[in-house]
Order: sequence, then C-alpha cells, then structure tokens
Amino acid sequence: MKIETRTVNGVTVLDVSGKITLAEGSVDIRKSVRDLMDSGRDQILLNLGDVKYIDSSGIGELVSSFTTVTNKGGKLKLLNLTLKIRELLAITKLLTVFECFDDEGEAVKSFS
Amino acid sequence: MVNQEIISEIHLTVFSDIKYLDVVQCVSDSFFNLAGFEEDDVYWVGLSIREAVTNAILHGNKNNSRIPVILSFKHRTDRLVVTVTDQGEGVDESRLPDPRDPENLFKPGGRGIFLVKSFMDNVFFSTPDGGGNELVMEKFIKEGEKNED
Repeated sequence: MKIETRTVNGVTVLDVSGKITLAEGSVDIRKSVRDLMDSGRDQILLNLGDVKYIDSSGIGELVSSFTTVTNKGGKLKLLNLTLKIRELLAITKLLTVFECFDDEGEAVKSFS
Repeated sequence: MVNQEIISEIHLTVFSDIKYLDVVQCVSDSFFNLAGFEEDDVYWVGLSIREAVTNAILHGNKNNSRIPVILSFKHRTDRLVVTVTDQGEGVDESRLPDPRDPENLFKPGGRGIFLVKSFMDNVFFSTPDGGGNELVMEKFIKEGEKNED
C-alpha cells in the first residue's frame, strides 16, 4: 500500500493505492491520519480510487480513522470508491456513516 | 438426494502467519476459477476465505506461528466446500455481534465472519474429532457454471 499526501484548498487529500489489508499494513492509514491530526490538518479526503483490494481489517482502518478525526472535531470523507469497496461498505452499513464522492472538486467544496 | 461425489480436492496447510494469506487466496482463486465460477464470485469467495484464515490465525491459533491452519477445498457436484481448521476453542456463533448494529458500527473489528456469511451460501462451525475448531463454507454451483474437467 502506498499513501501520497497533497493539499487542495485547505483539504488534505490522501491518495491511497494498492491493497488495504492486514498483510499489507492497513494500520498505515490510521497512522497517516493521526499524523495529519497532530499537525492540525483535520479536513481529510481519502481517495480510494487506486485501491485494488480491501479486507475487513482495511474497512476497520477506515472506521478507526473516521472516529479519530470526528471525535476531535475534524472531517474525514471518502473519494472514488471502487465498486467492490462500495459493496463492502453497503453490506456493512458503513455507507450510512461515510460521506462519499465521485468528484474531487465537489468533495473538496463540501468541506467549506 | 444431493449427489456428494467429490470431483477434485486440494489440501493446504499454512503456519499461522498473515504473510501466507496471499498464498491461500491464490489457491482459492484458482480452485474456484477452475470450477467455472464467475469473476465476481471468485473475488468474494476469495475474500471470505481470506477472512476465515485471518480469523483462524489471530483468534483460533492466537497468532502463534508454530500452529498450523489446515484448509481443504472440495469440488462436489453441486457445490464447492472449503474447510478451515485451527486449534482454537471454537466460536459461539450466538455471541458473534452484528457489526451493523448501531453500537457496533464504529468498532474497528468484528466484520470478518459477517463478511464470510454474507458471501458464502452455507457457513457453519464444528469441532473435528482431533480437537480444534472448524469453519465450513459452502458455495453452490449455479447452472452454467459447471466445469467438471
């Protein structure tokens, strides 16, 4: 798994690629999000468009990241869900938790 | 009466280390592909078996890398049956929380077996004669998917 960070209009976008699984170190997402929060960046958009695979551990990391950010008054939203990730979030009822976008511009605008 | 003839069978033993999850999934993908399953089914079954083995490693065998997880893949006439055996004390299904309940929705864990049950047709736990805990997962073969070569 690879995570690249960029900033768009005050929103930190994390471009995640590869696999988000237990074996691939899914905890890296949580760590990246915590590092951002520690540096005061609490408007976070997770771009999952290049995520090839995710397991329940990866889903758990998304949930952990969400609660970490939300509990400290920040916002974490998801961008570019693949069909498979969308299906997993749907059957686990997590689509009701996350705000999800298919367009980065719209997603960034939603933070303001 | 259901025909339970075994068409093909694979046995696989891995030690309890998550680095073997990709190996298990490769075997699962190949086995279900050979049986003629559609791409989406192969994907979700592969995820289910990955979750089952993760559960066996972390909870059944307590992450002790010296203890094996034993898998069998059986292609029967009407279904594929995958069994994952660990040396744990077993699972009380009635105590497995529903990760969709509001009080569990924000918990990081507890979704593995739920996903297995979501994507496989039959799932049950049993205790093998030699001890340990066995998770049996079945996926039925739909008409048009039958590949008995």
